[in-house]
Amino acid sequence: MSTASKGIARAFARRRWAQLTVLLGAPLAWLVVIYIGALGALLLTSFYSLDSFTFTVVKKAGLQNFRELLDVSVYRRVALRTLTVALAVTVIDVALALPIAFYLAKVATPRIRRILAVAITLPLWASYLVKAYAWRTFLDPEGGLLRKVFGLSPGFGLPAMVLVLGYLWLPYAILPIYAGLERLPDSLLEASSDLGGRAGATFRSVVIPLLLPALLAASIFTFSLSLGDYITVGIVGGKTQMIGNVIYANFGVNNVPFAAAFAVVPMLIMVVYLLVVRRSGALENL
Amino acid sequence: MQLSTAARRLLAALAAFVMVFLYAPIAYVVLLSFNKTRSIIFDGFTTEWWTKTFHNEEVRTALAGSVKTALVATSLALILGTLASLAVHRFEFFGRDAVSFAVILPIALPGIVTGIALNSAFRRILGWRLGFVTLVVAHTTFCIVVVFNNVVARLRRLPGNLAEASSDLGADPFQTFRHVTFPLLRSALVAGGLLAFALSFDEIVVTTFTAGAGISTLPQFILGNYSRPNNLPIVNVVAVTVLVLSLVPAWLAQRLTDA
Amino acid sequence: MRIRPLVRLLTVAAASTLAFTACSSSSSDTTAAPASTETSAADTAANASGTADTVAAGNEAAAGIKAPNLPMATEIGAGEGQLNLIAWPGYTEKDWVTPFETASGCKVNVKAGNTSDEMVQLIKTGEYDAVSASGDASLRLIAAGDVAPVNTDLLKDYADVFDGLKNKPWNSVGGKAYGVPHGRGANLLMYNTDTVTPAPDSWSVVFDAASPYKGKVTAYDTPIYIADAALYLMKTKPELGITNPYALDESQLAAAVDLLNVQKSLVSEYWSDYLKQLSAFKAGSMVIGTAWQVTANTAIADGQKVAVVKPKEGSTGWSDTWMIAAKAKNPNCAYLWMDYIISPQANAMATEYFGEAPANKKACALTKDKNHCTTFHADDEAYFADIWYWTTPTKDCLDGRGPKCVDYAGWTKAWTELKG
Repeated sequence: MSTASKGIARAFARRRWAQLTVLLGAPLAWLVVIYIGALGALLLTSFYSLDSFTFTVVKKAGLQNFRELLDVSVYRRVALRTLTVALAVTVIDVALALPIAFYLAKVATPRIRRILAVAITLPLWASYLVKAYAWRTFLDPEGGLLRKVFGLSPGFGLPAMVLVLGYLWLPYAILPIYAGLERLPDSLLEASSDLGGRAGATFRSVVIPLLLPALLAASIFTFSLSLGDYITVGIVGGKTQMIGNVIYANFGVNNVPFAAAFAVVPMLIMVVYLLVVRRSGALENL
Repeated sequence: MQLSTAARRLLAALAAFVMVFLYAPIAYVVLLSFNKTRSIIFDGFTTEWWTKTFHNEEVRTALAGSVKTALVATSLALILGTLASLAVHRFEFFGRDAVSFAVILPIALPGIVTGIALNSAFRRILGWRLGFVTLVVAHTTFCIVVVFNNVVARLRRLPGNLAEASSDLGADPFQTFRHVTFPLLRSALVAGGLLAFALSFDEIVVTTFTAGAGISTLPQFILGNYSRPNNLPIVNVVAVTVLVLSLVPAWLAQRLTDA
Repeated sequence: MRIRPLVRLLTVAAASTLAFTACSSSSSDTTAAPASTETSAADTAANASGTADTVAAGNEAAAGIKAPNLPMATEIGAGEGQLNLIAWPGYTEKDWVTPFETASGCKVNVKAGNTSDEMVQLIKTGEYDAVSASGDASLRLIAAGDVAPVNTDLLKDYADVFDGLKNKPWNSVGGKAYGVPHGRGANLLMYNTDTVTPAPDSWSVVFDAASPYKGKVTAYDTPIYIADAALYLMKTKPELGITNPYALDESQLAAAVDLLNVQKSLVSEYWSDYLKQLSAFKAGSMVIGTAWQVTANTAIADGQKVAVVKPKEGSTGWSDTWMIAAKAKNPNCAYLWMDYIISPQANAMATEYFGEAPANKKACALTKDKNHCTTFHADDEAYFADIWYWTTPTKDCLDGRGPKCVDYAGWTKAWTELKG
């Protein structure tokens, strides 16, 4: 290295703020300008409206979209329904993920662990759409596989949606929980049983509290992915609709202001949720 | 924790149940790829769709498009994610928490919100045309967090004073990075990169809103083909092929996160 | 005192938003539409609905939309070597696209649009040269200045296009054509011949609360379907005063939505892509409902027992128009394409494949199935007399009553409320 560049390097080493700027500059600029700026612009658009004659957005600011969202009851219903589905999916996924993650982390032999770990992430590489359509054939109330094999099927609708969404996001839930359990020292669990705790009590008072960040991290994925979904709804949702469908439909007719206004709902829910779980350290476990 | 044999057996059974649950639809898709008719209900066996798929030009274009997009987005995400994680890990500064928060947002907010925000910003505000560039920008944005998390996790596991030791020995920050930090981060970068690639490869929602005319990705091809029964079984073949091919990167990613 | 992280984030967000919007280039969205094309009474008559028994718009001002004044090509130059199309799936198969590519030198890239709304969005990106727009998209595109008028004198086969498709409310404004028709078709009532007996001949079987097929009915999952309900009301409840199913004021729209609410209790699922409909008919969870001829053709080819009928009340229909994007990067190739797709051989192949009536009279002699034109009533103007083609509902009523109708954005909201 030449003397000049060595000099620069040394000067750089002495100035921490220069280092920080170089490191942080590019990613921060990218995220802030492109992403947060776009979100902010979307928020701004939610105050505009659509011109009835030209079908274009006009910059007349006002609260009309929000007032409509509050006045017309269907939007509340859709939001509540979506929230419920997201919650149900989260609960189911965490419940399904815990046993298999625990098995993987504490019970399985290293060879099985490696194989299963790969086997769990592999479905993420299979197309989302193809998996959803496969479920459609399972769930069909008349000629579907579930009906043929078990005699009954939930048919298409909310339960089917919860089932399929739960299926789709399951690997995203298993991974952080498995990682969290791996980090849990065996010695803690042994100490707990030495102190007289049976498996159930140990689980409740030692494992779960320590696992909370990982559980919350898992929930962030399942929650946000379910909150905005509009494709699975169309495939197995039957006659129902969720927040994503309403946003998509309105965006489709170029009613960006209204779509943006309704998009504020899932945005707000997730931001609030993230802020709440931040304290538990969940964000580091994603 | 002492688990009774019964408890172990129960856990194993539950794990097996979850694996069956995960793979049942996939097994059905494999079956459908040999389906005689074009519906999504199995009618009989044939291998004609496999031959048809490998000769289908659209599939090749879409596959190439997906790979191209994922490669560029992953590369950019690797750079930006590493930079950001180094900054957040090493320095205490005003707004540090906000930065971690901002990095996570693209993946924590639902895809449709990201999609319409970026679409609106690109087209209406910046006046750009949608195309490969806008698609890559969008994908990079949500891939950054994957790399960021992996690298930060690895940085935390490293002994804290390696960088200090290196500079005590006379190295400047660039040398430290090249000779000390990067080798230690390498496997985390590969793991993060693979995960980011997988994310970008199968992404459909944000892609719908930010891809332009010139580029077509595999998920878009699949979505489009659900409206065309004539091509439907090809979709199943494509899905199975991708799944089989992804055994390698999936295994690799697992090895590296373990290490 | 430490400022909390959230406040920091908000400050940054606000600052970047301001920066963003300050840097915004002027987009086509906010420019006011330039002088509209004025119309004479003769043009107004041409703008009236394409069916024989409507109230003539007479001497009233042009209903519908104001089209911005965009230039029209005066000659077709050399092909640019490439053509980017947005098309309905099935409109651009290799069989007739490859000969075009060879002859014109324009390499064709097609983006399939699944709904009209999607196509409108795609055209607005400026990345495409032409689109096969249905009537519920075309007026929106014209009004927003996304498509340019077409100089039909430059197209050699335009003269052979059926008169019933020329200068229609959805493909022309003020006598200026905005595209060439691909073909036309009706939304038909498809039913499972095993389970639905006797063969239905009225839409009442999917609208009547006492329908024997309750729980197995289907309908098209898009706001434009409201017109189907309005059409049924037009025939069964004339006191509502509906003269055009796409021109509904608030109370007429409410009546249509009420009817759709009744229908909802009969519906098992709404279909948005015809694959869903096909698989549901096969499985048996749907036995009757709106469908396209092509859906029935595919089902029958796959061994299903279905049939289609045009009910006695008439039906809604569609005629897709190939329109040229105002910002087309390859306008010559676009014109060459339009010229090609209405030429007899290409039009015969395309419409026979998809299952619709051709636009060019001479195509009928060239279809593989010699009965194709008869099956699809290609030159039977009487058949199409009670077909109401998809047209974008606009605030300015399409039947000339003035600005008292609900526009398509309003229909979208009504549809959202219906789905609940």
